[in-house]
Amino acid sequence: MSSIATTPNIEWKMPDRGRVGVICLITTETALFTIFVVAYLFYIGKSLTGPYPKDVLEFPVWATIALLSSSLTVFMAEHSVKHGRMGAFKLWLGVTILLGAEFLRQTGIEWYQLIEHDHLTITTNLFGTTFYSLVGLHASHVTIGLILLLLTFLISLGGGMKSQARRFEFLSWYWHFVDAIWIVVFTVVYIVGR
Amino acid sequence: MRVRVPEEGPHRATYMRVEHRLLALAFGGIPLAMAQTNNSVENMFKPVSTPAQHIVDVSILVLAICAVIFLIVGGLLAYTLVRYRRRSVTDEHEPAQVYGSNQIEIAWTVLPIIVVLVLTMATARVISAIQNRANPADALQVTVVGHQWWWEFRYPGLGIVTANELHVPASTATIQKLTFLKLQSADVAHSFWVPRLAGKTDVIPGRVNTMWLEPKQTGTYLGNCAEYCGTQHANMLLRVIVHTPEEFEQWAAQQKTAAVVDPQVQNGRALFLSLSCVNCHTVSGTTAAGTFGPDLSHLMGRETLASGAIPNGVTNLRSWIQDPQAIKPGNLMPNMQLNDKELDQVVAYLGSLK
Amino acid sequence: MATADYPLEQPHRATKEFSLPSVLHEWIVTVDHKKLGIMYIVASLFFFVVAGLMAAVMRAQLAIPNNTLVPPEVFNRLFTMHGTSMVFLVGMPFLAGLANYLVPLMIGARDMAFPRLNAFGFWIFLFGGCLLYFSYIAGEGLAGHGSAPDVGWFAYSPLTERAFSRGSSTDYWTLSILVAGIGSLASAINVIATVFTMRAKGMTLLRMPLFVWLLLVVSGMILIVMPPLSAAQIMLLLDRYLGAHFFDTQAGGSAVLWQHFFWIFGHPEVYVLILPGFACASEIIPVFSRKPMFGRAAMIGATVSIAFLSLGVWAHHMFAVGMSARSNMFFAASTMMVGVPTGIKIFNWLGTMYGGKIRFDTPMLWCIGFLFQFLIAGLTGVMLAVAPFDWQLTDSYFVVAHFHYVLLGGLLFTYFGAIYYWFPKATGRMLSEKLGKWHFWLLVIGFHLTFDTLHFPGLLGMPRRIYTYPTGRGWDTLNLVASIGVVFQAAAILCFVWNIVQALRKGKEAGDDPWDAWTLEWATTSPPPEYNFVTIPEIRSSRPLWDRKHPEDPDWKYE
Ligand code: HEA
Ligand code: HEA
Ligand code: HEC
Ligand code: CUA
Ligand SMILES: [Cu+2]
Repeated sequence: MSSIATTPNIEWKMPDRGRVGVICLITTETALFTIFVVAYLFYIGKSLTGPYPKDVLEFPVWATIALLSSSLTVFMAEHSVKHGRMGAFKLWLGVTILLGAEFLRQTGIEWYQLIEHDHLTITTNLFGTTFYSLVGLHASHVTIGLILLLLTFLISLGGGMKSQARRFEFLSWYWHFVDAIWIVVFTVVYIVGR
Repeated sequence: MRVRVPEEGPHRATYMRVEHRLLALAFGGIPLAMAQTNNSVENMFKPVSTPAQHIVDVSILVLAICAVIFLIVGGLLAYTLVRYRRRSVTDEHEPAQVYGSNQIEIAWTVLPIIVVLVLTMATARVISAIQNRANPADALQVTVVGHQWWWEFRYPGLGIVTANELHVPASTATIQKLTFLKLQSADVAHSFWVPRLAGKTDVIPGRVNTMWLEPKQTGTYLGNCAEYCGTQHANMLLRVIVHTPEEFEQWAAQQKTAAVVDPQVQNGRALFLSLSCVNCHTVSGTTAAGTFGPDLSHLMGRETLASGAIPNGVTNLRSWIQDPQAIKPGNLMPNMQLNDKELDQVVAYLGSLK
Repeated sequence: MATADYPLEQPHRATKEFSLPSVLHEWIVTVDHKKLGIMYIVASLFFFVVAGLMAAVMRAQLAIPNNTLVPPEVFNRLFTMHGTSMVFLVGMPFLAGLANYLVPLMIGARDMAFPRLNAFGFWIFLFGGCLLYFSYIAGEGLAGHGSAPDVGWFAYSPLTERAFSRGSSTDYWTLSILVAGIGSLASAINVIATVFTMRAKGMTLLRMPLFVWLLLVVSGMILIVMPPLSAAQIMLLLDRYLGAHFFDTQAGGSAVLWQHFFWIFGHPEVYVLILPGFACASEIIPVFSRKPMFGRAAMIGATVSIAFLSLGVWAHHMFAVGMSARSNMFFAASTMMVGVPTGIKIFNWLGTMYGGKIRFDTPMLWCIGFLFQFLIAGLTGVMLAVAPFDWQLTDSYFVVAHFHYVLLGGLLFTYFGAIYYWFPKATGRMLSEKLGKWHFWLLVIGFHLTFDTLHFPGLLGMPRRIYTYPTGRGWDTLNLVASIGVVFQAAAILCFVWNIVQALRKGKEAGDDPWDAWTLEWATTSPPPEYNFVTIPEIRSSRPLWDRKHPEDPDWKYE
């Protein structure tokens, strides 16, 4: 096969498989959220009984600030671990976790208010149904992200994260994704829906 | 494989005929002929109503185009298989390696696109012809309510409520008579389908659909519920009876009158009203005002019982009331556990409701 | 030759002594893409036989009018389980199996990108499948209603709401499909990652075999269309367990929304099912015509455009729900448009055979059957796409005939072709041509007896999903003939099973390259060693083995 000799060492680089995997994962997750968002939009103003969004919803300002800024801190964490600055990494990671936890706490408070005072549950009306499922779906994703971040934190305490900059990059992508989704949810639920 | 044709019971054909003669004798009202043509072949290509006619027109076009496509492509395929088969097993020579041709690709992309455009335009025309039909003031308005597993027909303009058998006037050369149906569901999704009169339209809870008929020929036309709606979806049959305008007026007038009160069946009447039948059934002019089941005010005016499950008549009526579940397993009318005496009386009474 | 960083001696497995437990253990813990691929396909065939037998019972019930062989509720479970199994437990795992077994071999990789995820995908799918059938014994639920699901394979609401479907049968449908869907996602992600990151040196995207291309597209589609179904199913579960109202029409929920969500998944799903069939045909037809695929680029383009178009046609399953005239027109048009790229594919297969030297070995027979039958199936599809015509045909037996034509006459035929074509590679043994021809012709006869006939009751007003029908409406004879056809189909399947058993026991040695083919999988041994390739040949065209066999005029001179 004379042909082979002519091209023994052509450039042959393939993209990182982990990256492709995470992109795929984020794609499906997006599709999943899209349907829930569509359902929310479809049912706006279709509730037969109250309470209605405008009566009970307040802008979750703190939650939003917390979650969005956590995107920044996770980026800093990623940056530091890339350059092997493990101290800074642990710091930023810790801050991210706290911000994420704060977001969940705020959501918890909001739901408590709605259930206890406004008597809005998932069974009350279509607003309740779509609100708790969409916001809940997002919150569950935040929770998953938070658990993964905590694990990384523990590992990093054990000094195990040094060689894992690549892995952490994926986690931070996921976290950014969860933030982006929140922007959509926020717009749909608290602005369009009100 | 165990396959039984029920030997006795309302299904058996000969049984039906015997039973129909009985019925004809008992109530001369229903013409024997009609009672005997219990079923007929409902070919969608034999339309008797304007919308169904529109559909056939476009269908023929589509069928023709598809036939041509099939002959061309199928023919080419057959030719290729014969012409280019390997002639001898020993022939190891590879044929000329052809990789493709852009001109050809373009050709067989453009041609189908043209076909699609033609089809689309034909389709669009018929869609608007059927869906954008205005609802004239003089049209007959009927509200169809789908129930598991029977049909309720309300004529708001005429104050008539009946079940399972829709009566409409035919449209004649001189007077055009349209019937507009308002489709609603009391429970799950159903679909209203009478092939020779129109295509189907789904009957969906929490939503009002409309469709229209313009029957041009009197007679009885059969149909089915065409959306799976649970256990007895199979026996949610439909029949549309198309009258001449005059006949229809008579029918309507007769339906508007309150249910007959026949002194001979007084105690049957009393018994019926004392039973829980009244929780589910209405008989006009009585305390029976249930709406869960079909209106029985003019029960004997119908050709069938339980939305076409069995032909109507005293014998079948009796077996129905005796054990509805034996005739239409899973239907929502419970076995009322009446003893023979009660049965006779109730049947006698219901049998008087022409 | 770029030599591999692997020793040249044969796989150690050959020397290991045989014992059942050790073999079982080996298969259960395996992460080898070939073993997983075979497991997927075996599971798929198993569920096919089960669902097929259910179909046989349905046909027995419908053979004559007013039949009382099975009661209504049993019949309703039969068609629900049959349809659900055939789509989610036969079609999906078979494509996952093909992808797992063949993609790495065809692109010269040593395994899938995520072997463990791959194994997870298989086991979660199998769990889903078992869960679905477990409903038969456990579906009674607290209220003591129902056994297996009986809501039809697209489970229209509000029939699936607690008010109309008590017990837990519907939850078994929801959960098992949800779970099986996760499996499909896992293998889809795997295929994509493998194709993008593990191609052998020189295997540019454009040189990839069409098979790999189509499975790449299919995997991409799965990523986007599986979630709508999962989302809708999650909503249904919320309705049934937490008292939400997504599809609860009493509380203002919409019955039609479910239909939209389901078909946004459901229609692309049918192309997800058929494209792997196209993929097999695109490998088999060239080899047995002895010509390269005609218009490769056009084939790739057509596939991609089918994928995109298929996302915009879902409401052709809903022409009768009372959409506006405008939407009906739009979906009618977009649906017919799909016919164009599909046509391009059919024409290109024709172009490949035209001027070739066609060998009628069993794999090719299946593909020829596929071409004829899919042509007809597609054309009946176009009839359905004409919305007014569909108002008559929808939910009638005409639809049943249409989709059995595509799924059985199209999909299953290519899959049988694929089995006859790659079985030698996977096992090292040939399937008997004689039994294969019996299998083929019996199925052709049975298929046409059953499903050509079933078009007509639809035109005569016979709705689908009815457990019995009255006599005298012109349906009797047609249904009887259709049922008789099943006998032939069953016989065909028995030939097939027997053929496999025989071949495994004493089939004749296949050798590395029994069909004189051109893609990479034939460059290694049959069955391939654990690491697939001792040496991976340099790839310079879409037919590396052609280049190797014909150094005098290799493809890369023209591509
Ligand atoms: C493998 C699966 C598969 C495939 C490939 C297809 C392919 C197609 N299907 Fe089918 N379909 C199903 C599986 C499939 N379908 C199933 C399972 C259902 C029922 C679900 C249920 O209700 O249970 C269904 C139902 C279904 C409906 C709804 C019927 C109803 O319930 O009312 C419609 C309506 O438009 C439809 C249309 C089409 C069309 C237009 C194609 C096209 O893709 C066909 C394209 C091919 C051709 C057109 C032939 C080749 C082309 C040429 C030779 C070129 C020249 C031709 C022209 C330009 C027209 N299908
Ligand atoms: C891949 C998809 C696929 C395949 C291959 C089939 C195959 C078959 N289908 Fe199915 N079918 C569907 C997908 C499929 N179906 C779907 C999606 C529905 C809709 C469901 C719904 O409405 O919800 C449906 C519905 C459906 C109906 C309509 C039910 C109704 O609406 O009331 C009918 C009725 O005739 C039917 C019949 C058949 C028959 C006779 C076969 C035959 O081809 C089967 C042939 C196989 C066998 C006969 C088994 C042979 C096995 C043996 C002989 C045993 C071998 C022995 C050993 C191994 C020990 N199918
Ligand atoms: C729990 C409600 C309920 C009760 C009680 C009930 N029915 Fe019914 N009945 C129904 C329903 C529902 C149907 C329609 C069944 C079907 O076609 O699926 C029906 C159908 C009928 C029919 C056939 C009507 C037609 O147009 O085909 C008759 C006659 C009838 N019932 C008589 C009776 C009598 C007599 C009693 C009392 C002894 C009775 N029903 C009690 C619910 C009830
Ligand atoms: Cu009502 Cu089917
Ligand atoms: Cu479709």
